[in-house]
Amino acid sequence: MAKAQVQRKAATSPKPSAASAKRGTNGGTVSKASAPAAFSAEQELSAFEQMLLIRRFEERAGQMYGMGLIGGFCHLYIGQEAVVVGMQMAIEDGDQVITGYRDHGHMLACGMDPGGVMAELTGRRTGYSLGKGGSMHMFSREKNFFGGHGIVAGQVSLGTGLAFANRYRKNDRVCLTYFGDGAANQGQVYESFNMAKLWKLPAVYIIENNRYAMGTSVTRSSAQTDFSRRGLSFNIPGEQVDGMDVRAVKAAGDKAVAWCRAGKGPYILEMLTYRYRGHSMSDPAKYRTREEVQKIRDESDPIELVRGRLLKNRWASEEQLKATEKKIRDIVVDCAEFAQAGPEPDPSELWTDIYRA
Amino acid sequence: MPIDILMPALSPTMEEGKLAKWLKAEGDSVKAGDIIAEIETDKATMEVEAVDEGTLASILVAEGTDNVKVNTPIARLSGEGESASEAKSAAPAAKPNGKPAEAKAPETSEKTAVAKPAPVPAAPQERPLADPSLPANVEMTTITVREALRDAMAEEMRRDQDVFIMGEEVAEYQGAYKVTQGLLEEFGAQRVIDTPLTEHGFAGLGVGAALAGLKPIVEFMTFNFAMQAMDQLVNSAAKTLYMSGGQMGCPIVFRGPNGAAARVAAQHSQDFSGWYASIPGLKVVMPYSAADAKGLLKAAIRDPNPVIFLENEILYGQSFEVPKLDDFVLPIGKARIVRQGSDLTIVSFGIGMTYSTKAAVELAGMGIEAEIIDLRTLRPLDLDTVLESVKKTSRCIVVEEGWPVGSIGAYVASEIMARAFDWLDAPVLKVSGKDVPMPYAANLEKLALPNVAEVVEAAKAVTYR
Repeated sequence: MAKAQVQRKAATSPKPSAASAKRGTNGGTVSKASAPAAFSAEQELSAFEQMLLIRRFEERAGQMYGMGLIGGFCHLYIGQEAVVVGMQMAIEDGDQVITGYRDHGHMLACGMDPGGVMAELTGRRTGYSLGKGGSMHMFSREKNFFGGHGIVAGQVSLGTGLAFANRYRKNDRVCLTYFGDGAANQGQVYESFNMAKLWKLPAVYIIENNRYAMGTSVTRSSAQTDFSRRGLSFNIPGEQVDGMDVRAVKAAGDKAVAWCRAGKGPYILEMLTYRYRGHSMSDPAKYRTREEVQKIRDESDPIELVRGRLLKNRWASEEQLKATEKKIRDIVVDCAEFAQAGPEPDPSELWTDIYRA
Repeated sequence: MPIDILMPALSPTMEEGKLAKWLKAEGDSVKAGDIIAEIETDKATMEVEAVDEGTLASILVAEGTDNVKVNTPIARLSGEGESASEAKSAAPAAKPNGKPAEAKAPETSEKTAVAKPAPVPAAPQERPLADPSLPANVEMTTITVREALRDAMAEEMRRDQDVFIMGEEVAEYQGAYKVTQGLLEEFGAQRVIDTPLTEHGFAGLGVGAALAGLKPIVEFMTFNFAMQAMDQLVNSAAKTLYMSGGQMGCPIVFRGPNGAAARVAAQHSQDFSGWYASIPGLKVVMPYSAADAKGLLKAAIRDPNPVIFLENEILYGQSFEVPKLDDFVLPIGKARIVRQGSDLTIVSFGIGMTYSTKAAVELAGMGIEAEIIDLRTLRPLDLDTVLESVKKTSRCIVVEEGWPVGSIGAYVASEIMARAFDWLDAPVLKVSGKDVPMPYAANLEKLALPNVAEVVEAAKAVTYR
């Protein structure tokens, strides 16, 4: 079975196989993986910096969690950085973004202030939600980031509603709705697919397939492990994307966003990616080997990939990249300090923001 | 033997309808399955099929007759071997004025008890106190709750382009309960949107649209089906404002019939008011009269917060006086004293009011004057009005159709105990639905619901009579 082969291949490398390019049976298509976008030096450098910010931010968040400065659930995005950075390069101001609970990377990619995000993680008044939302529930009206949602797949219907609002208002905005391979098995995803296609909503559904829904691998949880095909019965086109290569993500994102903006309805992008850390901070990760993780880190790391290209193309020198790394480190140190210095919310905040006057 | 064809019911709650049209004439032969007539209610039109063969011997109710009671004979079929004339002569004399000889004397329906006092009432009837929020001498018109809801939505949709309605059968079908009648025609398919049968999905879609600043009205065909959407109502609609530190408001109305209907059993007959009222971030409105339905639905649509608007199928067809005002909006969160009295306070809401108002009439006959408070809004709940009344009467019962555990009555009783204990002369009693799933059998269903006698009993108990 070609399908099983694709998945076995995916288990050793997150890159999509050409064998996954198939014709749907119902008029929808699963298209060939887009050719990676040709990046300029500037784009490559920007992607490097963005991804590095997410990586260092998340490492620091993990450290602060270990120190007891961050409570509750904390889901780190380390390993998946190319997905949000590439997609963000494919959209315009005014387009919306919504995701689940592994959301720190999305917020940073949207341009939200790292200090405000970290201060929310520490539950301080200076956080994006005044300390009342925490890791999984952050929003920025200004940056069109609609959360940060803690219930698996809840954001899929909500994102479909954001896309609905675009269509209702007859603007040409597009909504990016992110969810994981685990969420892709929730019923409301398909309820949303149906309405999005029926009403031709400008919704890009980005399935971040990091191979594990908490501790359950996709092969143990999913009858159809090629998530780009999950929209076929609704005639929604889908594409598997090398989610470790920011150029591939950007190219696929361009295509999907253009499709939606042209009024053709929804589009599905399955990002083949990998999370290096556990599902959350309390995950012992017994369900996979250390070797598996190490292999991906060594062979497919999204940041190292870009670093390699920058050096190879002589678009940046080692010194320049070191300077960038220092700049990022300083930002993260500052935001960690900011997050610890801020006061806790005033007790009166317990009773605010329940209703709008 | 001639066979009587009876006026059919379109739904378990239909009591009467209009015989719109005869499709067969006297003397026509009829086969089982032939469509012989059309009947109409304010909700729907239905074709009447013959269930037997024969000749249509006589038409007992002329076409165009209004208010034909369910089960009234409307025509007579002559059987095989009978002549049509024999059957006709056997028919009871009937004039085409809608008063068939066999029609029973109309029972006092809830609408006549509440809104239209009969000219010669058997029991004393009462007009509810005027709503103090209305201007004096305001002109009133009598409409059904269904029409009041429709008018409220239409007025708000005319006023604000961001308001739209979505749900199952709201557009082309004109509403499963005909609440959205005419809206598609006036506002078009862009704003009156038929959804697939997908409650979880369209509730979430509505919330997403609201987060983007639109003002959706999401109709649940009944709130029984909203269970499938509960996560989006509770986890997304109610909490996002708080979780976003006040950034993301969710101006949305979820509305539809809630509570016991008639003879539809446990999964389709239940009151969720207590559930929704327990969620901070939601507002919960449960009107009884048509005026409150209209004024509060308009307020709910304008409210910047998510509002759960609980209607009642049995009340849809009941008529009440509604003020003739261009823009009649009532405040959410204000209870209303519907009847003044000094001996006890009856706190109720929604269809519970039908039991309460009837019981008050009976109690008056015994010399017990009940003050009736219609809560109208369950969250935020107007405890001030309740407490003020209880401090006057010193006795209180709470009447609702929902279950007794974790109920509105339980909450009201605990608040009265905590805040007006020294004024109480008797424990606060609850009259509620029984603590059972709703049974199907007619006799059991009746037992599961509260009734007027239980309200009277509770009132007598707290007044030590």
